[in-house]
Order: sequence, then structure tokens, then C-alpha cells
Amino acid sequence: MAEPMGFFTDTTVCIGCKACEVACKNWNQLPARAGGQPEMSGQSYDNTLRLGGSTWRHVKFIEQFDAPYEGRWLMLSDVCKHCVQAGCLEVCPTGAIIRTEFDTVVIQSDVCNGCRTCIAACPFGVIDINEVSGTAQKCTLCYDRMSVGLEPACSKACPTDSIQFGPIEELRQRAAARVEQLKAAGETRARLYGADPEGPVGGLNAFFLLVDEPEVYGLPREPELPSRNLTTSAALSVAGAAVVGAVGLVTLRHRRMQDVAEKEATPEEQAH
Amino acid sequence: MPPDTFFTQPPHWQWYIIFYFFVGGIAGGCFFLSALLQLFGRPDDRPIIRLGYYIAFVGVAISGILLIVDLGRPDRFWHMMIQNKTGRPMFKYWSPMSVGAWGLMLFGGFSFLAALGAAYGDGRLRWRLAGRLAEPPLSTIIALAGGVMGFFLAGYTGVLLSVTNRPIWADSSWLGILYLLSAASSAAAVLILLARRQIPDAAGLDGLERFDKYVLVLELVALAIFLITLGSASRAFLNAWGAVLLLVVVAGILVPLLIGFGRMRQFRGRTLTAGTAAALVLLGGFMLRVVTIFPSEQVSVVGSRVVRP
Repeated sequence: MAEPMGFFTDTTVCIGCKACEVACKNWNQLPARAGGQPEMSGQSYDNTLRLGGSTWRHVKFIEQFDAPYEGRWLMLSDVCKHCVQAGCLEVCPTGAIIRTEFDTVVIQSDVCNGCRTCIAACPFGVIDINEVSGTAQKCTLCYDRMSVGLEPACSKACPTDSIQFGPIEELRQRAAARVEQLKAAGETRARLYGADPEGPVGGLNAFFLLVDEPEVYGLPREPELPSRNLTTSAALSVAGAAVVGAVGLVTLRHRRMQDVAEKEATPEEQAH
Repeated sequence: MPPDTFFTQPPHWQWYIIFYFFVGGIAGGCFFLSALLQLFGRPDDRPIIRLGYYIAFVGVAISGILLIVDLGRPDRFWHMMIQNKTGRPMFKYWSPMSVGAWGLMLFGGFSFLAALGAAYGDGRLRWRLAGRLAEPPLSTIIALAGGVMGFFLAGYTGVLLSVTNRPIWADSSWLGILYLLSAASSAAAVLILLARRQIPDAAGLDGLERFDKYVLVLELVALAIFLITLGSASRAFLNAWGAVLLLVVVAGILVPLLIGFGRMRQFRGRTLTAGTAAALVLLGGFMLRVVTIFPSEQVSVVGSRVVRP
């Protein structure tokens, strides 16, 4: 396997230009929504609103203003996290979702049949159906570009290097140094999200530097694997089946006892 | 803050899937009840046994169609069973969707064989091979294996929902057992309703009604535990869905129980029969799936905020 590759997204230098969104759509030939008709959301500068089958990068805009001129903008270019332990890959029943030699997670469009179980399994709400292909799609970390030694389209286009691409180990070191730098400059809320290989889902190969709680950015605090419920849920169902079976047998036994009682009662009645 | 499961997107599992969960559960439950009566019942149970096997077969056929139609690419439904690139079998025991696809196919096979046997039994089919299916040892093997698969089909759907990261579904491990119990009570209700119409003075009806009562009590307990284990995720019911849930409990479980135990005989001058109770149980079983699926489907993240119904 080649070296694990990924993204480090430093949200503090994101300027919300959406060059990443455009570069992603452009390179991956993803269709526009609503036939290209403008759709205004009314929510800040965000008309994209979510990741999906034909939107693999989404710049989130969070306005934190208590009063005019008091507050800040938070911007985050969201993307598939390429989890080291990926929930989507775990549940995919067709084998369409694979882990590549770059330790990234890719959905093979010629295998996926659109059952959508990966959409429900993703702890981050990244995946959705692409209406053109009818299959589930998401960021491939530009597998085609990486295979020939190119950098993914979004990080290549990012004008502030908010999105950085490279070997995960190198990115982690760079990110840790950046947190220290920010803290020294007085931004005490600076923290990394998903950079810890010991952390939730084995760490994220696309991790982030945040300056607020994860929930503020619409991210789960402790993302988990869907299989956490498998054993308990299955065991409870088996126990339920055993109880229903027992209830069935008890019901039939009750009926047999009644039959026997009726038979015993009949000769006595005849004797009277 | 809402639980982590709220920061995800819905898989668009809606009416096709809800109908599948309902019909598939009834198919599995009917097969189990028929198998139970075949193995441990009386000879005069046979009309009900055959009815159960017919329902199971029709139910599983409808289930397969619903699932295929619901796929984004229905032409690729077979990718669940065979790897399209290598031609090798596709099976992941840790993925409920994968296990479910195989389970549904196996159950489909058993219910087909059982339906053939039943058709021979009531004289609709004069096929010597079908005759063998209707007699031991083959009929016993089919009843045992199909009964187990029936349970599987009734319960795995809830497990499938729990093995996700979605609100309500993944916030409790009790959805599988709840769906299984609801499938058992719905199946008994379908058998009661159809047997009352089609088989005059059918034997086994009393037993089915008693079975339904006991299972409803278990279902009520499982539903209560399910709601408690949801914890802070139960906020997904703090809207009109909460009222629907309450209606499911009252009309789909409590009223049938009161009728069953003879505590409620009339409603506005109308006599309440076991048929009324069965119809309510059936409606409750369907609505239980509606009320556990839609409130979750309607939670999503828009921009950076969680939006719920």
C-alpha cells in the first residue's frame, strides 16, 4: 500500500470563496442541481446547504454575531472524511465501497445498486444518491488524479491553502504546529477534529482545525461505527424469537390441555 | 445539543421500505405460525396452516418486488448476491443488508416449497413432487428451516435500522426485537382476519387469539423499553409524530388487549369482536413502522444546523 494520503482543512484561513466546490464539480463532471436554475437558500452565503451525490465539497458558513461588529464568521469546506474505520464500507452489501491503496474510501459506481444503506451508516451525512447515475456517490479524494501523482482538484484550487493535501503523518505534524501557533496568538479555542488515530473511528484521513465545538460546524462530537449496535440488537432479536416461540408452544399446550379436559369430562357426563 | 446521530443525512427509506417491513414481517410471522401448528398442532389445523403458507409466499414475493423497485438501480439488484466484477458470491455477515438479502432469498425458497405443499394439500395441485413436499420428512424440514428464516425476516429489519447512524434507529438496540414482536402479532392478526372469512368454524382460531394477546403484551413492554433507551434522541418525537405514536400504543396495542381480555366489549353501541381487535393490531403494526421511520427520515443537517420535524 502506498502511504496514507488525505486532507488537512484549516478552517481559520478559509475565506468562503467556494473555489473547492467549483473545482470539484468541474473535475469530476458533477451535474448542477435543478438543471442549473439558481436556488437561493436564504441561509448566509450558503446555497449548497449539504454534501450529496453531486456535491462532494460544501463550504459551510456560520455567522456568530451577537451584535453588529461583534462576532466572527466561521467557514469550513466540508468533504468526505475518509474514515480509517469507515461505517459506509462496513455496511455496503454489494462490495461497491472499497479502501484504496492510499487509505481512502471510494464508491465504485459500476457496482453500487443504490440501496442507500451507506447513506444511513455514515456518521457525518456525507453520502447521497447521484440522481444521474442512480447510485450513491461522494468524494473519491480524486482517486484518478492521485493515481497519476496529481493533487486533488479542490486542494489544488484552494487559494489560501485552507485545504492541504499530503501524507497523513506530515499533515498531522503541520496541523499540531498550527494549533500551537493559534493558541500562542490568543485563539484558545483552536483544536483538531479527527486527527487522533486513537480517537473516534480510528481517525479521519480528512481532518479539520476548528475554533469552536464540533456541533457548531454541524459535526458529531463522537462519530461512531454503525456496527456498535449489531451484537446487542441481533442478540435481543434472537431472544425475542425464542420468547415468541415459547409463547406459541405454551398456547398450543394450553389448547391441548383443554382438549384432554374435554375428553375426560365427556365419559363422566355420559355416566350421569 | 442533540445526540450525534442527528448530525447525519436520511437514506430516503420511505413508503416502499415501510410496506416491505410490514409485509415481510407478516410473511415471516405467518410462516412461523403455520410451521408451529404443523409441527405441534392438531389435524384440523390444516386449513389455517395452508392459509399461513400461502400468505408467506405471496408476502415474500411482494417484498422482493418492493425492495427491487426501491433501489436506485433496480437492474443491479443481483449485485447483493453476486459480485458483478468477479462472479463470486457476495456476502458480509456483519452487514444486515447483505445478510437480509440472502435471508429473504432463502425464505422465499422455503415459502415457495411450503406453498407448493399446501396447494397439494388442498387439492389445487396434483403434482407428485408437491405431494412429497406436503409429507414428512420434507415438510418437517421445510417447516423448521422456513420457520427460523421467518423469524429472521421479521427481526432483521429492525436490526438493519439500528446498524446505522440515524436518529431513533441507531439510538436504541430494541428496534429489532420490537419489529419481530410486532411482526408476530400482525401475522396472527392477518391469519385471524382471513381465517374468520374463508374457513368457517376454523379450528385454531382461539389459540391464535390467545397467542396474539400474549405477544401484544410483550410488544407493549418492548416498545416502552425502546422509548426509554432512546434517551435524549426521543426529542425526535416532540412533534405531531409523538401524537401518532400515542395513537399506535392506544389503538394498536391497548384497545386490542382490552378486547382480548374481555374488558371492552362495546364501543358506541357497536360490538367489538376478535376481528375488530385483529384489524386494530394490523393497523397498529403498520403505523408502528411509519412512526419509527418518518420522524428519523425527517431529521437532517441543513447548512450547519440540525433540522427536525
